[in-house]
Amino acid sequence: MVKEMDEREEIKRIIAQNRLRDKIFWILGLLFTVVGFVVLFVLLLDLFMDGLPRLKWSFFVSYPSRFPEKAGILSAWVGTALLMVVTALVAIPLGIAAGIYLEEYGRKNFITHLIEINMSNLAGVPSIIYGLLALGLFVYFFRFGESILTGGLTLGLLILPYVVIATRESIRSIPNSIREASYALGSTKWQTIRHHVLPYSLGGILTGIIIGLSRAIGETAPIITVGALTFIAFLPSSPISTSFPFLSFKWLFDPFTAMPVQMFNWISRPQKEFHLNAAACGIVLLIMTLLMNGLAIYLRYRFRKRIRW
Amino acid sequence: MEWTIQDELKAEVRNLNFYYDQVQVLKNVNLPIAKNRITALIGPSGCGKTTYLRCFNRMHDLYPNTRYEGEIILYPEGVNILSPKIDPIEVRMRIGMVFQKPNPFPKTIYENVAYGLRIRGEKRKNLIDEKVEKALRQAALWDEIQGRVYDLAFNLSGGQQQRLCIARALATDPEILLFDEPTSALDPAATSKIEELIMELKKEVTIVIVTHNMQQAARVSDYTAFMYCGEIIEFDRTEKIFTQPSKKLTEDYITGRFG
Repeated sequence: MVKEMDEREEIKRIIAQNRLRDKIFWILGLLFTVVGFVVLFVLLLDLFMDGLPRLKWSFFVSYPSRFPEKAGILSAWVGTALLMVVTALVAIPLGIAAGIYLEEYGRKNFITHLIEINMSNLAGVPSIIYGLLALGLFVYFFRFGESILTGGLTLGLLILPYVVIATRESIRSIPNSIREASYALGSTKWQTIRHHVLPYSLGGILTGIIIGLSRAIGETAPIITVGALTFIAFLPSSPISTSFPFLSFKWLFDPFTAMPVQMFNWISRPQKEFHLNAAACGIVLLIMTLLMNGLAIYLRYRFRKRIRW
Repeated sequence: MEWTIQDELKAEVRNLNFYYDQVQVLKNVNLPIAKNRITALIGPSGCGKTTYLRCFNRMHDLYPNTRYEGEIILYPEGVNILSPKIDPIEVRMRIGMVFQKPNPFPKTIYENVAYGLRIRGEKRKNLIDEKVEKALRQAALWDEIQGRVYDLAFNLSGGQQQRLCIARALATDPEILLFDEPTSALDPAATSKIEELIMELKKEVTIVIVTHNMQQAARVSDYTAFMYCGEIIEFDRTEKIFTQPSKKLTEDYITGRFG
C-alpha cells in the first residue's frame, strides 16, 4: 500500500517536471518570436518616421539634385519600371519554356538531372556574381553598353531560376491522371500542355514570377556592377515616337538609374537630409514589393479556388 | 492458345507480348473482341489486366522503355493498331477510355464533354451543343444536372464525375470504349448506375472492361477472360466461365480460393 502511494507520488513529480520544461520552452519560443517582430517593427517605424515627411508629389516628379529638399526619384522609379519590363520579358518566356521542357519533354536522364541540380544552385548564387557575368557578357562582349537593356537582361538572368523552379513545381503538382485523360481523347503533347498543363499551373507560375520580380526590384549590386549611374537628371527616350512606326526602342540603350541605386547614393552622402530622402525612397520600394507580394497571394488564391485534385 | 467466338469481331489480339524495360508483363495474349458486346477481363491484382487494356489505345507510348510485340487488329479495315506506322493519336481518337478514378478536367461540365470535339477542330457552336447534350444523355447525366452544364465539373459527386468522364469519351463517337475498373472508387449506388449505363451503351459501342469485382463481370459482360500472371488462362461466354469453367485455376479464382 505504502509502496503504491510512493509510485504515484513519483509519477506526479515526473509530470510536474515535464510540465515545467514545457512551459519554459513555450516562454522561450514566445520571447524569440516577439524579438523578431519588435526589431522589424522598430526598423519600419524608424524608416517611416524619417521618410514619410519627404513623400510629397514633388518627390516623385523631381530629378536628383545637389539640394536634398529639391531632390526626387523621377529618374529612379522610371528606371526601375523600365528595368522590370525588360526583366519580365526576358525571364517569363525563357523560364516558362525551360520549365515546360524539363517537365514535359525532357527525358529523365543524367543531363536533365544535372540541369535540375544546377538550377537550384543558380537560385542561390550571390547576385553580384551575376553582375560580373553581365559586365563581361552584355557590356563588353555584346556591347549593349551600360544601358537599361543590360540591366534588364542581368536581372532577368538572376530571377530565371525562380521562374523555372516555380513553373516546374507547379506543373508537377498536376496529377498524371489529368494528362492521361487528355491524351486518351487523342490530343497531342502540345494540345495537352496548351489546354491543361499551362492553364492549371498558371497560379503557381505567376506566383513564382512575381516573387522573382519582387526580388529583382530590390537588387542593387548587379546593376551597379553593370554600370547604373547614381546621378541621372534626365529620362530615357520615350518608347512612343511621333513618326512611323510610332514605337521606339532607343530607350533600351539609354543609361539609367534605379530605386535601390538612388537609395544607395543618398545614404552614402554625409548630409543628414539626404538620408531622409533615402528613407522615403525605401518606403516607396517597400510598398512596391509588398504590393507585388500581395498580388502574388491574390492570384494564387484566385487560381487555386477553381482547381481541386 | 487461340479462342474463337460466334459474334462478329470488332478487334482481335494476336500473340501480344508487352515489356516494361526487360520485364515481360503480357505473355502471348490472344483475344477476340466481339462487336457491340461487353468483354470483361478479370484476375488478381498485378496480373496485367490494366497493362493489357492500355495497349488498346497505345497509352504505353507515353512512357519510355515500353515495348509491344504482336498485333491488335481493328476491324472492319483490319489494321494493326500496334504497328509503329500507325499514329497513336489516331488510335486514341477511335478508341476511348474511362479511367479507374474519375478524372474530369477542372473546367465546366460543358467544356469537359466538348474537349474531344475541340481537339478534332470542331468550331460550330450548335453542333458542339448538340453533341454535348447527346453525350450527357447517353451517360444518364443530362437529367440530373439539368441546365447546370456551365458548372464546374468538380462540384459533381464521384459517381456523377465518372459518368461525366464516360460522356466525355462518348462525345466523339468512339468505336471501342475501354473501362479500367471504372467503379473501384465509387459507392454501391453509384456503381450500379454505372453498370446499368455500360449495359445500355453496348448497343452503340464495343466495350472492354477491366474489373477486379467478379460479380460485376458476371452482371454486365457477355464474354469474360480470366488473366493470371500476364496470360489469359481462360476465355469464354460469361455464363460459361462462371458456371462451368474448364480450368481449375479459373474455378479457384471465381470461387474465391485466391485473389
